[in-house]
Parts: sequence; structure tokens; C-alpha cells
Amino acid sequence: MTFDSQRPRRIRSAYSSMVAHGEPWVWLTGGSLAAAIIMITGLLGFIAFRGAMTFWPAPLELVTLRDGRKALGEVTEREQTATVSRRLVRSANFELAGTHYEWFNDAEISTTAFPDWATAIERLEGGRFHGFPVRLLHGEAVVAEGPEASWAAFQREHPTIRRRHRQAGAIDKHDRGELQRQLRAARLAVVGADLAAGRDSDRYRAAVQAEEETAARVAEESALLDEKTAALRGENEGWIYEFETASGEKQSIPLESIVQIWQPNRLSVLGKAGVYLARWAEFLADDPREANSAGGVFPAIWGTVAMTLIMALLVAPFGVLAALYLREYASRGWITSAVRIAINNLAGVPSIVYGAFGLGFFCYGVGAGIDDLFFRPALVADGQPTFGTGGLLWASLTLALLTLPVVIVATEEALAAVPNSMREGSYACGAGKWQTIRRIVLPRALPGIMTGLILAMARGAGEVAPLMLVGVKKLALELPIDGAFPFVHPEREFMHLAFLIYDVGFQSPNSQAAKPMVFTITFLLVTIIALLNVAAIWIRSRLKRRYVSQQF
Amino acid sequence: MAHSTTTPQPPSMHAAAPRSDDSPPQDRLLAVAAGRDVPSEVHEQVLAETPVLEIDRFNLWYGSKQALHGITMPIPNNQVTALIGPSGCGKSTLLRSVNRLNDLVQNVRITGDMRLNGDSIYDPRMDVIELRKRMGMVFQKPNPFPMSIYENVVYALRIDGESNRGVLDEVCELSLRGAALWDEVKDRLHESALGLSGGQQQRLCIARAIAAEPEVLLLDEPCSALDPIATGKVEDLIQELRGRYSVLMVTHNMQQASRTSDYTAFMYLGRLIEYGPTTDIFTKPMLRETEAYVTGRFG
Ligand SMILES: Nc1ncnc2c1ncn2[C@@H]1O[C@H](COP(=O)(O)OP(=O)(O)O)[C@@H](O)[C@H]1O
Ligand SMILES: [Mg+2]
Repeated sequence: MTFDSQRPRRIRSAYSSMVAHGEPWVWLTGGSLAAAIIMITGLLGFIAFRGAMTFWPAPLELVTLRDGRKALGEVTEREQTATVSRRLVRSANFELAGTHYEWFNDAEISTTAFPDWATAIERLEGGRFHGFPVRLLHGEAVVAEGPEASWAAFQREHPTIRRRHRQAGAIDKHDRGELQRQLRAARLAVVGADLAAGRDSDRYRAAVQAEEETAARVAEESALLDEKTAALRGENEGWIYEFETASGEKQSIPLESIVQIWQPNRLSVLGKAGVYLARWAEFLADDPREANSAGGVFPAIWGTVAMTLIMALLVAPFGVLAALYLREYASRGWITSAVRIAINNLAGVPSIVYGAFGLGFFCYGVGAGIDDLFFRPALVADGQPTFGTGGLLWASLTLALLTLPVVIVATEEALAAVPNSMREGSYACGAGKWQTIRRIVLPRALPGIMTGLILAMARGAGEVAPLMLVGVKKLALELPIDGAFPFVHPEREFMHLAFLIYDVGFQSPNSQAAKPMVFTITFLLVTIIALLNVAAIWIRSRLKRRYVSQQF
Repeated sequence: MAHSTTTPQPPSMHAAAPRSDDSPPQDRLLAVAAGRDVPSEVHEQVLAETPVLEIDRFNLWYGSKQALHGITMPIPNNQVTALIGPSGCGKSTLLRSVNRLNDLVQNVRITGDMRLNGDSIYDPRMDVIELRKRMGMVFQKPNPFPMSIYENVVYALRIDGESNRGVLDEVCELSLRGAALWDEVKDRLHESALGLSGGQQQRLCIARAIAAEPEVLLLDEPCSALDPIATGKVEDLIQELRGRYSVLMVTHNMQQASRTSDYTAFMYLGRLIEYGPTTDIFTKPMLRETEAYVTGRFG
């Protein structure tokens, strides 16, 4: 076509040019991304901030009311309405005041102050205590009088006392636990011999004999342990820190029961940071206390990580093999399509249904069968199922099932993304199908498979509902993986952070005090999932560099 | 002078495409385009050679669409044979039929046969995997495997179960030298092959293809994804392979065919049109159609 100057030229409209340049679409797509980012960072930032701030020592405010009443505590909330402005003070000292928190109307307050020696104590039992140090006692003797002197003396004595306390606790937990296990094993051997050979068999008599010996030895060793713990506890006895509350009542607190202590009004930022870290350390490393509302969450961290990793170990081979069959072996037809649709739909089944299935099939079905075959003595002796109830293995398997669709779909996509030219190259070298899959297709698809695993782990680690049915407990201090033979106890019930959130947040009698804990646990859970993901992403990027990067 | 091999066909069809010197140059091609069968002009020199591979009245269908029509051509031993022809004329299909890669494509149907050193390739008793081990193939786009350079080269031996380090090392070095790549990669044999440049990757694929001492080497447009310098290197390499390997090479590049091959076959729409010594095909072909194609007047 030649250019004809006579013909009027078509003028492009501004609209069409804008569409051509795509500006509205840039705004639309960019806007959606921005909205998503704002929501995600907003939520995560809120959780991170609240979760991270829980252990920061807040100042203790001494509130004096017009009627002369006094309270000492952290101001946790302020409220401003048209008629009143008021504040919520965590006044602690539940055993004296009958409440952990108290609202004060600003109108009723005559003065507020931040006294230097205001002290906050995290106790073994009875929750938080707020007060002013008076003196340190050892038995009848006064070791130090007055805040300064008593504080110095306390700093000197407290570490030793805490160490003794921990030693005694460790003996109770580990050494005594071990003796109990031996005793139980001996008892089960007797029951087992009875079941297998009857009461007049040699085996039964030998078992009874062995049990008697074990019992005698355990009693002996228990006595020794008793002595040890009594000595440790005896030395700690009598060490008392006497405090005065804001309203002037005296309260004696045994040094042994002081877990954390800080004087926020006196502390520099660095000092506060020290307290902050110490409280985090306790939170991460200790067992929970007081119905999970205080202390640490170590068993729950352990349980979460163990379950997530075992789940990943279980779901990876299953999912990958299933996807391999679907993508590489199955002929394309309506059956394959139907299976694929079914798998995708499986991802939409409510997770509680998986929990119910896990309970019915794994615990009551498979588990009961295992118990019947291998753990009958335990079942007969104390009616306790071993595998016939929830436990780490069943929970991991249930979640593996739950996350299977994710892994299958991701793996299938990864397999489909392997260039056919690679497969053909391998076949042309005389490789068979399986050789090609194992040596070429799988390595090349591995990063994509890892992506599926990452998604599965994130999904699995955050599930609560099915876990409640198949093995997660409110309190389970015996870890599912520990130093006692055989080290992995797949039948044990365990704690889980996501369940802990539910438990602490919604089942706790002291819900106000539990609120910051909920944020902290959530923060921790998100962090753990993020860490697991970062680890997996790191592995994936290494695999990618090795198997996928294509340079020209 | 000329020997015509014809596919079995009704005599009327045969008569429909008579060879005549004053017919328009694209006479046979028009006949082919109209769906009629034409005889292939195969020069005598080709028939005088010992064949390593004999393609015998080979037809291939993708579903209901016929992609190869009665191809009959011997591939001379230890020579480079080039397949030329416009895009879509079935060169790759023919090549992939030799090592039965087309078995992997659904709905492929064939008649006729091929023989590799006398062994029927499409014999139902032929073990495809064993068959493919007797051939090497290099593809259009370099497709190094996601593993080290070393493992890429010895892949064919590895899948054969060879694990003797000494044997593998020797084969690796020989093949890489054979592919003119040794000097460039000898210090990084155990690094990923994916880090090589495109040209190096293609020569690596050639090394991989010759590692198992193939009876035929199949090259499907080995240079079409490469830059001119890498192309030059690969062409030099093909020159060096000549005399030692039987090479069947697809190319759409006329200069490449004339520079590197001993024999050239011109295909059109699934049919073999003319097949002879490269110099003859490019300077004095028997058919004007061939001349038109190699001089670029059509196609
Ligand atoms: N897998 C396939 N399925 C169906 N048709 C195919 C397939 N591969 C190639 N063809 C067809 O066969 C003909 C020959 O293709 P091909 O051998 O790739 O040509 P060339 O390599 O000469 O360019 C083309 O018409 C192409 O469309
Ligand atoms: Mg091709």
C-alpha cells in the first residue's frame, strides 16, 4: 500500500493510546499488589510488634486514688470516651487483690509516680507480683535490710538458689522419670509373660522375679534421689525476700520461687534489654507453668518443629511418587483427569475432616491394630493404648495427607516444566524411562518440588483443628524426641504452638494476662515457619543453581 | 546415468510426473504439493558407497497426516550426509525415526523399514534401548543435562552401568577431545554443564553423542541456535568427524551443507527429491527443482 496524502489520516484517540500503553493496567495490577502487601505486612508487623514487645519491661506506675487506695502496675491500655478517660493497670498480686488487672478512672486518681524501687516478679506460682523490697531473710536471721542492701544481697544469693532448684527439678524429671520407665517396663514384662505363657510358666516366674529385683533397686535409687533433692531443697529453704505492696501489705516470697525479677523504673535501656533477653530465653527454653499462661513454650516449639519435619519427610516421597506416576507414566485420558480433579478438590476439604479421618483411621484403626499386635501388655496392664491414641506419628501422617495435594500439584507442575528436549536427549543416549526420570527429570524438577514442600510445610505448621484430634495436648512435657531410648517416640502426645495459641488465648482463666502471650506465641510460630521456609528456600536456590540455571 | 528409486505406486501416478527438460523448474514440487508421488533422483555415487543405514520405503503418519512418503535412501558409511529442504518437509521426522524417538510421540504410525548395519530397526524384536545406544543424537537447541560436564559426557556409559573410573575418565577425555572441547573445559570437568556458553554446550552434546562410539551420528540443525563463531567451531568439528563417524545431519543452511557434507539429500513435503554427492547437488543437480532450491530461488 502506498502512502496517499489525499486520504484523511485516522487520528488515534487518547483512550486507545492509553490502552496501548497499558497505563490503567499498570495501575490496577500495581494497586492490587500494593493492597496485598499492605495487608500482609500490616498483619505481620502488628503481630511482630505486639509479640516482640511482650517481654520488654514496662515501667511500673504507682497510682494513688483520691480515696487513698494505691496500686502499682504496668499501664496496659488507655481508653478515652466522651465521658471518661481511664486506664487499665496490671496490678498483679492476685492472692491479695483477687484480680490481675484493674481499671482506674483518671478522674479518681490524685497522683501517679514511678518509684525507683518498684519491683516486678515473675513467680513459679501465683503469677506476677508487684511491690517494694523490704529485707532479705534467711530463716530467722535478717541478711539485709532496706531496698538497696537487700537487693545487693539478693543478687548474690539468687543464682545459687535457682541453680539448686533447677538441679532438683532435673533429678525429679529425668532420673526419677527413668526409674519410673524401668519399673513400668518390668511390670509390662510380667503382664506380657502372663499373656504369652500363662502364670505357671518359667517365663512368668522369671519376669516376676525380675520385677521384684527392679522394684527393689528402684526403691533404693529413689531413696538416694530423695536424699539428694531433699538436700538441695533444704539448702534453699528459709531464704525469703520480704516485700511491701503498694497498699502496704507485707508479702514474703521464697527466693526459690522467683523466676524473673526486674525494677523497670530504675533500669537503663541496656538493663531493660538484659531483662528482655532473659525473659525471652525463659520463654524459649523452659516448660510452661500455670496452665501455659506463664513460663516457656519449649515443648511446643519442639513438637511443632518435629511434627512439621516428620510431616515433610512423609509427604515428600508420597507426593512426588504420585505426581511422577500421574505426569510421567499414566496415559493422558479421562481417568488421569478425574484423578487430578479429585486431588485438587482434596485441597478444599476442611481440615477438621482430615483430623476426624486421622483419628478414626490412624489412631483407632491402624494404631489399635498395632497395639493389639505389639503392645498388648500395656493395654491390659493399665488400659492405656500406646499407638491407639493420638501421637506424633499419627498427627504427622494426618497433616501429610492434608498437604498431599499441595505437593502433588506443585510436583506435577515442576515435572511439566522440565523441557522435553532433556528427556529426548536422555532417551537418545539409550536411557530407559526410569533412568531418565531419576537422573534427568527429578534433579531438574527438584527446585519446583521444594516449592511444593515449602508451601506444604507452611500450611501444615499452621494447622490446629486436625491436630486437636490426633495427638496435640494442652500439656505434654515428655518430648516426642528426647535423650531416652529409642530417642524418637512416635506414639507420644505432644504440644504445638498453633494449638497453644488457641489454648492460651481462649481457654485461659486469666485472659488479660494471656493476651500478650498469644501475640508472642503467634510471633514465634510465624518466625519458626519463616525459618523453616528460609532453610528450604536456601536449599532450593542451591539446587536451582546446580540444576536449572541456563546461560547463553 | 541416473538411477531412479521409486516407491511402490500406481503406474498412473508415476506417469503423472514425467521428467522433462523443458518443463517449468518446479514441476515436481508442484506435483508433490498437489499430493502426487514423484520418483526420487538418487545419484549412482551414493549407491556405490557401503551403507551404514538403509532407509527402505519408509512412510510415517502423525495421526492421519502423512509426514514421510516412501523415503528410500542409503546413508554411506563414514561420510557426512546432509538433509536439506524447506522447513516442515520432514527432515527432523526422518532423523527421529532413525533412533525411534518418534515412538514417544502419540499416534505415530509407520510402514517400511530401516536397517542399521543390516539390523532391522523397526523389527518388533528390536530392543529400542539397545538400538539407541548404537546411535548418537544432537538436537537443535543444546540440551546439556543438569549435571557436571564430566557426567554429561559419560552419561551413556553410566546408564549402561559402567562405573570403572579409569574407563570413564578415558572416554570423557577422548570424547571431549573429539568434540574439540577438551582444552576449554579440562579444568572444570566437575562443574555444572549449564554454566557453559551455548556453543560449548552444543559441542558438549556432540561429545556426549560420540562417547558411546555410535554407528551413526544424527545431528538435527546443530548450529541453528548458535552465534556465527560457535557455528564455525561446530562446523569445523563436523569436518573432523568426517571419515571417523557416519553422520546424518539436518540443516537448513545451504552453505553449511555444501561446506561440511559429502552427500546431500533434498527433501520436499515429506518426499526425497534428489540425493547425490554434495558437489553435484550444488553445482550440477539433475533436477532444476533442486537447483532452484539450492540457489535460493525458492524455499
Ligand atoms: N509431534 C508431531 N505431531 C504432529 N505433527 C508433527 C509432529 N512433529 C512434526 N509434525 C509435522 O510433520 C511435518 C514435518 O515436521 P519436521 O520433521 O519437524 O520438519 P523439519 O524438521 O523438516 O522442519 C510438519 O508438517 C510438522 O507439522
Ligand atoms: Mg526440524
